[in-house]
Amino acid sequence: MTTELDVQRAHEQHEKQPGIRTMVLNMGPQHPSTHGVLRLLLELDGETILKAAPDIGYLHTGIEKEFEVKTYQQGVTLTDRIDYLAPLSNNLVYCLAAEKLLGLEIPPLAQWTRVMLSEFTRLNSHLVWLGTHAIDIGAMSVFLYCFREREEILRVFEMFSGQRMMTSYFRIGGLALPHPRGWQKRVKDFVDIFSSRVDEYEELLTNNRIWTGRTKGVGFISLEDMLDLGVTGPMLRAAGLAIDIRKDAPYSSYEKFDFTVPTGTGNDVFTRYQLRVEEMRQSLRIIKQALEGMPSGSHQADAPGIVLPDREK
Amino acid sequence: MIPETLRENPLAAAFEDIATAARFEFGELTIEVAPENILTALGRLKRDLKFERLSTVTGVDRFPAEPRFEVVYHLQAIAKKQRIRIKARLSGERPEIESATGIYRAADWYERETFDLFGIIFLNHPELRRIMMPDDWEGYPLRKDYPITGTRY
Repeated sequence: MTTELDVQRAHEQHEKQPGIRTMVLNMGPQHPSTHGVLRLLLELDGETILKAAPDIGYLHTGIEKEFEVKTYQQGVTLTDRIDYLAPLSNNLVYCLAAEKLLGLEIPPLAQWTRVMLSEFTRLNSHLVWLGTHAIDIGAMSVFLYCFREREEILRVFEMFSGQRMMTSYFRIGGLALPHPRGWQKRVKDFVDIFSSRVDEYEELLTNNRIWTGRTKGVGFISLEDMLDLGVTGPMLRAAGLAIDIRKDAPYSSYEKFDFTVPTGTGNDVFTRYQLRVEEMRQSLRIIKQALEGMPSGSHQADAPGIVLPDREK
Repeated sequence: MIPETLRENPLAAAFEDIATAARFEFGELTIEVAPENILTALGRLKRDLKFERLSTVTGVDRFPAEPRFEVVYHLQAIAKKQRIRIKARLSGERPEIESATGIYRAADWYERETFDLFGIIFLNHPELRRIMMPDDWEGYPLRKDYPITGTRY
């Protein structure tokens, strides 16, 4: 991996060659484009980056150490903060692991709610991606439109769990609280408008000359390199490898939902953009199915000693 | 030493010669090898068994049990839809193991993280230095004898 020493050495090499002058720039931990703290040492030739050495650790909050002094149920609140753009997904991963170890049977209502809210979380995360990517390139309106939709999603989260972001709504054994009254209406209102909003984003970006100029052909990594480096997710799918853990090893009743996993072959930023936009549409499809087919029943498993029963019992 | 029940599992059987222990629980296969054999195990997984992707390298501190540390590798065979976990146990006084970066480049930062938080040395790593903690930090935070409140202030 490139380190600060590599950047410095390369810079000195270039400076010695006639006619080539490069610059070493510290893109410091705080920077509008780093979206959170990331320090990059860049060797630049004009606007082209020749070498980039990342220096990480500014977001390390000691979550793993904190887990050591919590009980398993308390640990759920820590998981929200791991990827703060997708808090419910982190809750889900943790709860699934604990439930697998305990051998708990989760009731269908809880499983379908988990799927629905996880897909909302995916939309949440993708909207932030699209908005911030667009604003970094200069399309400021897209940022505001994405965050307008995200506002609706956060209101859905608030309705279910009382919290907009760090929901901790999934617990070991099911959900923290039963469904709020009237949730179907709020979800339906969102579902009705969202598809046209995604069309709006595509209209603004997909055939936009500036967008395609900045994203087509940019960011190529070969498939073998990606696998060797441990890359996963949309980047692999944009290179043609059709893998998605929701299809390959379905969890939490994902097998009951009908959706496709978009793949592409372009293997550049533009393909990854198209892929993620299509993923947003597929997530909407899953949410619609969850809304229409939500089963009834208990929101948590019946496992005295592990899951707190309702007060009425 | 593969237990009787796992002899039929072709993946487990592939490690018959070097496995010190093997378990199959919750649908997941775990093979334990001696630290000296780790490159053999990982090389076999990459070349012969087609495990293209190293998912993560991490550590566990089993203080006060000896050998104190465990290094855990999670690997994924994407085409075959298989996953496997390889473990190696290291002593407390000299927790050293060969680096896997020659086989899987993904191991680079994971091994740096394991070194940073546990103090496990990965021999022949291209650049083994702290990754998240400040460069001049003393101590290895995820060890069980490291206080939860830290050592500064």
